Amino acid sequence: MMRVKYVLTEVLTGLWRNVTMTVAMIITMAVSLTMLGAGVLLYWQVNEMETFFNTKVEVSIFLRTDVTEEQRNGLQSDLKADPLVREVNYESSEQAYENFRKLYADAPDLVESVKADTLPQSFRVKLKDPQQFQAVSDKYRARPGIDEIVDQRQLLGKVFGILNSMQNLALVVAIVQGVAALLLVANTIQVAAYSKRREVAVMKLVGASNWFIQAPFVLEAVFAGLIGSLLAFITLVLAKWLLIDGSLKSLASLLTPVPWSRIFLMLPILAGIGSLISAVTGWITLRFYVRV
Amino acid sequence: MIQLERVTKTYPKASRPSLDDVSVSIEKGEFVFFIGPSGSGKSTMIKLLLHEVTPTKGKVLVNSKDVTAMRSWRIPAFRRSIGCVFQDFRLLPNRTAFENVAFALEVIGKSKAVARRVVPEVLELVGLGGKEHRYPQELSGGEQQRVAVARAFVNRPLILLADEPTGNLDPDTSIEIMRLLDRINRTGTTVVMVTHDSNIVNQMRRRVIEIEGGRIVRDQPRGVYG
Repeated sequence: MMRVKYVLTEVLTGLWRNVTMTVAMIITMAVSLTMLGAGVLLYWQVNEMETFFNTKVEVSIFLRTDVTEEQRNGLQSDLKADPLVREVNYESSEQAYENFRKLYADAPDLVESVKADTLPQSFRVKLKDPQQFQAVSDKYRARPGIDEIVDQRQLLGKVFGILNSMQNLALVVAIVQGVAALLLVANTIQVAAYSKRREVAVMKLVGASNWFIQAPFVLEAVFAGLIGSLLAFITLVLAKWLLIDGSLKSLASLLTPVPWSRIFLMLPILAGIGSLISAVTGWITLRFYVRV
Repeated sequence: MIQLERVTKTYPKASRPSLDDVSVSIEKGEFVFFIGPSGSGKSTMIKLLLHEVTPTKGKVLVNSKDVTAMRSWRIPAFRRSIGCVFQDFRLLPNRTAFENVAFALEVIGKSKAVARRVVPEVLELVGLGGKEHRYPQELSGGEQQRVAVARAFVNRPLILLADEPTGNLDPDTSIEIMRLLDRINRTGTTVVMVTHDSNIVNQMRRRVIEIEGGRIVRDQPRGVYG
């Protein structure tokens, strides 16, 4: 009991004695963990969006205006019989116009300028496996009466590309800051061990156990890791509150929602990663560099 | 109590060994001086006994335990059976005499209550009664060394190692410290002392082991500095 108290007192005085270094350590740790958290959240988000859109995504087969009814019916029955296809819906020019009007209801001038028969009729095809677009496209492209085959996934691909590069950027920043944080942890522990070298020498001399000598140093690093992860978590909460639910809310229909539960899950994850990595770094520093 | 069996210690990059095929046996309760010129290997002897260094060849047995084969996690427990005093005292400057001695107890897990009971006793024993709350810089060299002896003895070790404990002290103070070590020896503690101080060796008339060039050149039961 009294040893626990001793260790805790040592941790607090250690952190305070070296307060500028402690603050630097906590800040870099917080930035690194924020980026790690953002990266992980984005990764989950992108995965979820991909499955979400894969169920919705369609291949649009736009028909020429001069398509014959025979060509259209032939195409429809072939599509229905196709093993790659799950669902086929026909959209006439009138329906397309209805949808168009609904979509651009807030731009009446635009709606005015478009006539129902200028919009092409089309088949909306859902594939069993959305990756199989190329096979479907190759099969039907040459058929008479087809104007264009468009894969919505290609449009989404750009969005996913942006999200993926954001995720990669976050992870790169996390790694770079993480390395800086670890170097600061190592440095802090070296300074702490140096300033306590007399105590450490006496402790070794009288036979204090190794964990007892090392624990205060390692716990200093763990403490910084925990505070850093707490700050990172607060940053993520603010990001969700101010960005995702705030200024980026208009994108909500495109981006699947980020649930609070997932943000809260980041606290134990970041705290675990932050404290574990600091503890290991601290221990390695003591064992191989400082030889405490 | 202490046995060195054909021990050789060569430090990395050293051209010749610090200890060269040395065998010594020290019985429980003995008082032994290691003497010899600087660099003769005396301090290596202390370091071997504390397991600060490991021998290149040979065996070191302390309390009939083979120190050389000891696992590193057992070393702390092993060191609790050995007290140690140095020329430079090695006291913590920001702690009082009481706290310096209590520190040795606290870091091996003894409670504050034990420290409050035992520390005044041992400070009294070394002749520092009434000076418990002085800081090291408020004490004379001899008094500081007494604190160090108290710290080394507070766990009642079986062996007390002293590495030139009088090296920084004037002759009169040195003799007082020697009286103290002698008293500790009379409680049954084995004392091993490395020294340059011919006066002291000649006065004490205890076993003298002289080392030169890493070899034992003399081992006399009631020797003088020579």
